[in-house]
Amino acid sequence: MTNSQSLSYKAAFFLIIKRDLTIAFRHRDDILNPLLFFVIVVTLFPLGIGPESDTLSRIAPGIIWVAALLSTLLSLDRLFKSDHSDGSLEQMLLSPHPVFILVLGKIIAHWLLTGLPLILVAPLLAVLLHLNENSYGALMLTLLLGTPVLSLLGAIGVALTVGIKKGGVLLSLLVLPLYIPVLIFATSAIDTAAMNLPYSGQLAIIAALFFGSLTLAPFAVSAALKVSTN
Amino acid sequence: MWKWLHPYANPEVTYHFTGKLMPWFSALAAIFLSIGLVWALAFAPADYQQGESFRIFYLHVPAAMFSMSIYFAMAVAAFCSLVWQFKLSDAAASSMAPVGATFTAIALITGAAWGKPMWGTWWIWDARLTSELILLFLYLGVMALHNAFEDKNLAGKAAGILTLVGVINLPIIKYSVEWWNTLHQGATVSKLGKPSMTAEMFWPFLMTFLGFAFLISIIICLRFRTEILSRNSMRPWVKELLLVPTSPVSSNTAEEK
Repeated sequence: MTNSQSLSYKAAFFLIIKRDLTIAFRHRDDILNPLLFFVIVVTLFPLGIGPESDTLSRIAPGIIWVAALLSTLLSLDRLFKSDHSDGSLEQMLLSPHPVFILVLGKIIAHWLLTGLPLILVAPLLAVLLHLNENSYGALMLTLLLGTPVLSLLGAIGVALTVGIKKGGVLLSLLVLPLYIPVLIFATSAIDTAAMNLPYSGQLAIIAALFFGSLTLAPFAVSAALKVSTN
Repeated sequence: MWKWLHPYANPEVTYHFTGKLMPWFSALAAIFLSIGLVWALAFAPADYQQGESFRIFYLHVPAAMFSMSIYFAMAVAAFCSLVWQFKLSDAAASSMAPVGATFTAIALITGAAWGKPMWGTWWIWDARLTSELILLFLYLGVMALHNAFEDKNLAGKAAGILTLVGVINLPIIKYSVEWWNTLHQGATVSKLGKPSMTAEMFWPFLMTFLGFAFLISIIICLRFRTEILSRNSMRPWVKELLLVPTSPVSSNTAEEK
């Protein structure tokens, strides 16, 4: 770490992303398991509610989004836990680079590993749930704008609970209420699209949530990490 | 300018100061609540549309308003404790959370009881109801996070960060009735100067409002003082304060022997 002084902010940012991606690709289960969870949760609903296509297409946006929230929640643990237990998190906090950049890099890596696969699988599940044909664009756009918000807000929750031994249940208590606005506007956008109405308003609000959390959440995360590592 | 504030950074001074405030708060709360509630529930005119069930308003609106203002106060205290490292404002924030959660629950329950005769349903997924429910979840999350840490200092900081993140919900609740045109009726009282209600309804409301304000002050003061004592339990002044009643007893038994 002697040359870290000469590392530019940009280089440090990409180094963190690359490092997290490399670690994740060496444990592929970590990427696949939340994705499998997502698919399995979605398949439970037609079995539980019944296979009528009318009902399913009516509730498809909600099912897909709730499953996305839950699978993001499952994968959040990985964000800081292993780094915290092997001490590399403390080294990151001690490094001369702003914590904001490092945290943002980690969150983006997390989104690439969990949010992006979700978006790629979502159309397939939408077909299974007979989602209205007009809604596909809205579904993809809301997922594209909404899943980064899930990673960003979730990172705050993980950063707060990473020092606690049994933080898993607590994490869901803290994070899920913060996810509710995203869920409301995303499903409302998809429903509006199904009726062939413009849904740019809901999309704009999700975009606002995205940019707001992109600029503010890393500050909260770094403050929380400093508390957790103490 | 801020010199008068400095002594209150000392837990002992604040403990005694709040102790002096408590009787005043109790007296005012008793006066306002007894007059206000009797006036509101027995003598105020019934609403021309909603009839007698409108009287839940006198309980529901203060509870809902305070559920938000307690959260705001908690956020201000959390901010002060995070930025300036005031230990006492951290104690204040942690003593406010359960009170706020209780009043949020009261607002939700009285709202449900009011909704049943008016809307014909206990609950609807209306914007304001939902955002108030999220507020309850936020309070519970803050409390759960606070309890999860062994170290009170760390707990305060972590809960403080979560409190500040949750502040975003306050404007959403406040303006939900204006942004989304839903079943919950618009603001009645908060339009200062021109409340959309008659004076016979407004004055009893003001009474109950102030009564609840002082009631909440008492509860928060009580919790705050207990919090100060438990956090400073190793300090000499606390030991002196709490061990005084036992010393005469021991001297008495010594005399009897």
